[in-house]
Amino acid sequence: MAGSTATAVLDRNGLDALVKELTAQGRTVVGPTVRDGAVVLAELASADRLPWGWGTRVEAGRYRLVPREDGAVFAHTAGPQSWKAFLHPQREQLWSADRGSDGSLSIVEERADPASYAFLGVRPCDLRAIAVQDRVLTGGRFQDSGYAARRTGAFLIAAECTEPGATCFCVSMGSGPAADTGFDLALTEVVDDAGHRFFARAGSTAGAEVLSGLPHRPPDPGTEAAAHDAVEAARDRMGRAMPPVSLRDLMGESLEASRWDDVAARCLTCGNCTMVCPTCFCTTTEDVTDLTGDHAERWQRWDSCFDLDFSHLHGGPVRATPRSRYRQWLTHKLSTWYEQFGSSGCVGCGRCITWCPVGIDITEEAAALHDELAARLRQEEENDEGGGDDRKEPER
Amino acid sequence: MTDVPLPYRVIRVNRETADTVTLVLAPTGPATLAPFAPGQFAMVYAFGVGEIPVSVSRIDRHALRHTIRSVGAVSAALCALRPGSRVGLRGPFGTGWELDRAAGQDLLVVAGGIGLAPLRPLVLDALAARHRYGQLNLLVGARSPGDLLYAQQLRFWTAHRGLRHCAVTVDRSADGWWGHVGLVTTLLNHAEFAPDSTTAYLCGPEVMIRATARDLVHRGLPAQRIRVSLERNMRCATGHCGHCQLGGVLLCRDGPVIGWDRADPLLSVREL
Ligand SMILES: Cc1cc2nc3c(=O)[nH]c(=O)nc-3n(C[C@H](O)[C@H](O)[C@H](O)COP(=O)(O)OP(=O)(O)OC[C@H]3O[C@@H](n4cnc5c(N)ncnc54)[C@H](O)[C@@H]3O)c2cc1C
Ligand code: SF4
Ligand code: SF4
Ligand code: FES
Repeated sequence: MAGSTATAVLDRNGLDALVKELTAQGRTVVGPTVRDGAVVLAELASADRLPWGWGTRVEAGRYRLVPREDGAVFAHTAGPQSWKAFLHPQREQLWSADRGSDGSLSIVEERADPASYAFLGVRPCDLRAIAVQDRVLTGGRFQDSGYAARRTGAFLIAAECTEPGATCFCVSMGSGPAADTGFDLALTEVVDDAGHRFFARAGSTAGAEVLSGLPHRPPDPGTEAAAHDAVEAARDRMGRAMPPVSLRDLMGESLEASRWDDVAARCLTCGNCTMVCPTCFCTTTEDVTDLTGDHAERWQRWDSCFDLDFSHLHGGPVRATPRSRYRQWLTHKLSTWYEQFGSSGCVGCGRCITWCPVGIDITEEAAALHDELAARLRQEEENDEGGGDDRKEPER
Repeated sequence: MTDVPLPYRVIRVNRETADTVTLVLAPTGPATLAPFAPGQFAMVYAFGVGEIPVSVSRIDRHALRHTIRSVGAVSAALCALRPGSRVGLRGPFGTGWELDRAAGQDLLVVAGGIGLAPLRPLVLDALAARHRYGQLNLLVGARSPGDLLYAQQLRFWTAHRGLRHCAVTVDRSADGWWGHVGLVTTLLNHAEFAPDSTTAYLCGPEVMIRATARDLVHRGLPAQRIRVSLERNMRCATGHCGHCQLGGVLLCRDGPVIGWDRADPLLSVREL
């Protein structure tokens, strides 16, 4: 019976039924699970695989799982992967080419049949990151057809944030902790005296239909208010913040800042930040041939602007120094992304801070650049005032 | 065809210099790529080796030409092809020179080395519609006399097609060379153009583009009427791989031809 429900309250059985229903629809359901001491995204056979009773403690360069007494399931912060691992996979074949005995050439597209995904537990920052990648990979003149196929049918279940981590700063990027748009269903976890439950909202017709088929209670004002309050409280508990200025302009004004030398002295150019970032989309291509030499394949794989070969020209790399490569990453995220794709490239998820082996912190770097620029402008102003002579008509 | 290369056949190979050839390419079947505009480029695939961006160096109804200098693995493989060989082509990509916008003006075309290749279709279009433009100046620089591209054609254009202001210079002279020696910027004094109604088109090594564009600005050409073609690493050409970034510019999408007003601030920052 097809029905449609806009809001409801679910319990753990409701989540179980949700995973079952989406699986029955032929979807590959992916969500957070606990593995190797981290919360990692994996296919869910049932809601039991979710990280019930696990939280995380993060800091710059540190990540640790911690058990939670309250049994909460969405109380962890962003893990080492993001949904791009599924929508924009690390390695993907694009096409293959065969050479015939007469020298002829045939080339055929080799995109794998797209999985029909359902993502359970997408953070608001990650919802925003998916929207960012949508614009990059499908919003321009040419579409990444593999991404488009995987993305079009994906069913997104958001989990609003009630336990932000110490490296989170979605509030200052305007991307969390509440989920506003871009989901089929949004869940807000509530654990209090009245029990462990989820306030659920449909964000699409498909979401409303799924919700109506799950065992649920009608929304009660108490649960809705508790859900709202928990998200509001999270807003005030962000671990970090960006300086409250136009980051786009700040980066534009800071291309020759001395801070780049400072951060370059610490950065290992390992590229971890680009791998964990949910919006980083850069790829390179590999051409491989088999032993006969008559069959060739084109593969696409993630690449990083920290790699020396990334800017290779036959004369040598354009960005040879770590300084220029870190500058490329940060200015792209916070500034040139607007020019290229109409938004910021950072959603404030904090992954790059948590997973940087030396704890380089994007918010701290932005703040330092801001201080440096402010000092420079002050200095220029003083020089202007002190140097009154400059403004006198030169004697001739 | 922008995702998957379309097979093309090499119908002729013209050797231009010791390290440069022109491949004349035609489709192997009924499917063809959409028409190219001068200044645009294709991704050219050498079977099993790789794919590189190459501008069109001449556009005919039935054939595309690419002039390729052998500098590394893929370009060497392409330069070694014989008539009958196949390549894969994707395109057309990027912005063109947009000669139409210069109607009524003097034209100043400045090429360094292989940079003459992307400019050739522009010169051919201008010669085919001489009455639409004022003076047509073509200034060409090459490393040595032997590295000069299309030498015969340059003579033909001057002798029979009404190209009056064609000057060539080389970095290093050689026996029998009676032309200019020195950087291509030294030729600007020999050109005939009115800076306030001229459009310039520049392609070549980045240092040459920078020096020439700055000189032209100095002579009074507005930066937005200096069109330059720039080069960065390109893997996809469809705006998705991130390799061709130059600040906020994605050169495969917003370039390779951009105005000097946009290029100058970006090229002024080292290692941007
Ligand atoms: C828009 C545009 C138009 C162009 N038009 C022309 C033209 O008309 N004619 C012309 O001759 N040239 C042209 N070029 C330049 C041409 O594309 C380069 O000369 C060519 O890419 C060199 O490739 P290669 O394989 O021969 O050399 P290589 O220097 O070997 O580089 C080939 C590719 O392999 C990759 N690579 C190289 N070394 C490594 C490594 N160690 N690890 C990983 N990857 C590596 C690089 O990313 C590079 O893109 C143009 C370039 C652009 C951007
Ligand atoms: S730059 Fe860092 S904080 Fe911003 S979206 Fe990427 S990983 Fe998250
Ligand atoms: S900022 Fe950190 S994670 Fe990113 S490349 Fe440098 S050392 Fe690696
Ligand atoms: S070449 Fe891939 S984005 Fe331009």
